[in-house]
Amino acid sequence: MGSYVLRRVLQMIPVFFGTTLLIFLMVYSLPGDPVAALFGEKAADPAVVASIKHKYFLDQPIWKQYLHYMGNLFQGDFGTSFTGRPVADIMADAFPVTIRLALMAFVFEMVLGLALGVVSGLRRGSIADTLVLIMTLVVISIPVFVLAYIAQTVFATNLGWVTPTVQDSYDLSQLILPAIVLGSLSLAFVARLTRTSIGENLRADYIRTAVAKGLPRRTIITRHLLRNSLIPVVTFLGTDLGALMGGAIVTEGIFNVQGIGNVLYRAINQKEGPTVVGIVTVLVIVYLVASLLVDLLYAVLDPRIRYA
Amino acid sequence: MDAVEVIGGGRESLAPGTPLLEVEDLHVEFHTRDGVAKAVNGVSYAVSAGETLAVLGESGSGKSVTAQAVMGILDMPPGRITSGRILFRGEDLLTMGANARRAVRGQKIAMIFQDALSALNPVLSVGYQLGEMFRTHHGVSRKEAREKAVELMDRVRIPAAKQRVGDFPHQFSGGMRQRIMIAMALALEPDLIIADEPTTALDVTVQAQVMDLLAELQSEFNMGLILITHDLGVVADVADKIAVMYAGRIVESAPVHELYARPAHPYTRGLLDSIPRLDQKGQNLHAIKGLPPNLLRIPEGCAFNPRCDRAQDRCRSELPPLVPVTGEHGEELVGRRSACHYWRETLHG
Repeated sequence: MGSYVLRRVLQMIPVFFGTTLLIFLMVYSLPGDPVAALFGEKAADPAVVASIKHKYFLDQPIWKQYLHYMGNLFQGDFGTSFTGRPVADIMADAFPVTIRLALMAFVFEMVLGLALGVVSGLRRGSIADTLVLIMTLVVISIPVFVLAYIAQTVFATNLGWVTPTVQDSYDLSQLILPAIVLGSLSLAFVARLTRTSIGENLRADYIRTAVAKGLPRRTIITRHLLRNSLIPVVTFLGTDLGALMGGAIVTEGIFNVQGIGNVLYRAINQKEGPTVVGIVTVLVIVYLVASLLVDLLYAVLDPRIRYA
Repeated sequence: MDAVEVIGGGRESLAPGTPLLEVEDLHVEFHTRDGVAKAVNGVSYAVSAGETLAVLGESGSGKSVTAQAVMGILDMPPGRITSGRILFRGEDLLTMGANARRAVRGQKIAMIFQDALSALNPVLSVGYQLGEMFRTHHGVSRKEAREKAVELMDRVRIPAAKQRVGDFPHQFSGGMRQRIMIAMALALEPDLIIADEPTTALDVTVQAQVMDLLAELQSEFNMGLILITHDLGVVADVADKIAVMYAGRIVESAPVHELYARPAHPYTRGLLDSIPRLDQKGQNLHAIKGLPPNLLRIPEGCAFNPRCDRAQDRCRSELPPLVPVTGEHGEELVGRRSACHYWRETLHG
């Protein structure tokens, strides 16, 4: 197990360099001059432009810029955005919001998704099962922004329970509605995945054995059925947590949540190279760690899988 | 647990000559999209303590379905027991309450399945799965259950049981896994064990070991054993009597050696003839022509008639009952029955 983890961590190194280089090249080869954009409508003084370009290494060849950036990165310096704010500061503001939003969405989709999946999986063909199938199908078919607008209309405009957009991104209670909208699609997948997995395992030979052993129904379901059925669901949930951490551009945009998705969207529009590269670098690391954890968790859940 | 006392009562309390298990005129159907599959059509058999009944038949003959009905593990729906009784120690399992029935399962009647790899839970250690029997039915502690599991593994001769009790099913060889299945069935020293093709998934050498072990433990505990198989070779050494099934009915039943020596049903004869023999090297194998019937459309009359060499018009219209057969001079042949209109010709001809 130890050597497997080590190997996976070593594999992260080329992935890390590859993705950062790619994103670096893409951001900096975009058409348009970010420095000129800073001046808006006004004509820029060539001397000022040259000094800003020099300050941000924009007058250097791209490979030198990359090396310089990586050099700083390894000293913990994510660089400075064109507005003069350190990128590390920008991320320190936005990431806590995204983490909260992501965790709330995650808990929502996991708890409710599993519960619905288990109920409908155990009672196939029942009214509850049919309801779950229809509801999840609706959620899967509707784009997330439509769902978000519906939620806004119903809960903010009609019922008046919440404000239509988030006023304070650090207030957990205001994040509940965006989190539910954000988690709803994955909830539908979790519910359906759980349902299918339970349906398959219900017919498995070892369940018949458990019945033949005279075990109570409760024991059969919790000890024998769920343990096996949840393996694929856990895999999905793990990768989904990684994806949620990447921020949700659409949901955060509609609800005005000042999370990483919003910041990233603005940074891309404004050709804020250092901010985009910094955020994406962190997201790559988060995703790599999340997928490693999923693989390790998988081995814990299923003893047939051994990493050597 | 009250129900257990009522049914249990110890081995001695059973009146001599009373069978442990009696299946009476059992009918089981499966409702499928294409119609009703009649899997079991009036099966009756009985097993006494210490006795081994082999139920022989091809796949689809209803041998496993009958066993599942006894065990209470039929998938219902689509399965449905339409009529019949299953008496265990004189009590009908089919009319018993759910809790009482559950107390019988595992404790009084246990089952050994064909493929131990899929029949054991892949994510739980064998020690846990064995110990679960004691924890559920006897309410012992986790630690005690583990010790009992080690004892059981020792008893079925799994080497280094103490070290291996925490291992998972996939870490054992096929033969060892089947021993674990046997250990699990034996755990609570049941009165009756149903073994559904216990050796089919094993190598021939391991088959013999597992069968020997099963037979030895059976006589040690004086258990009844129902051995379900399609393998005539497995049956010969261990069974006392045989019931041959075809299309959901018993077509012949007999003490094992008499059946081998002189079958009283053309189907049994066909099965015996289809065993490859060393002294007939180079000759064609005698396979029974045709295929087992579709259970949605069982042929009228004798279900075997389309495949039978002896079939007459009568066989195509009239269902032969399972009747006692007699010797050449009319003498009684104890325990022999055949469901063939022409059993005389088959037996004596």
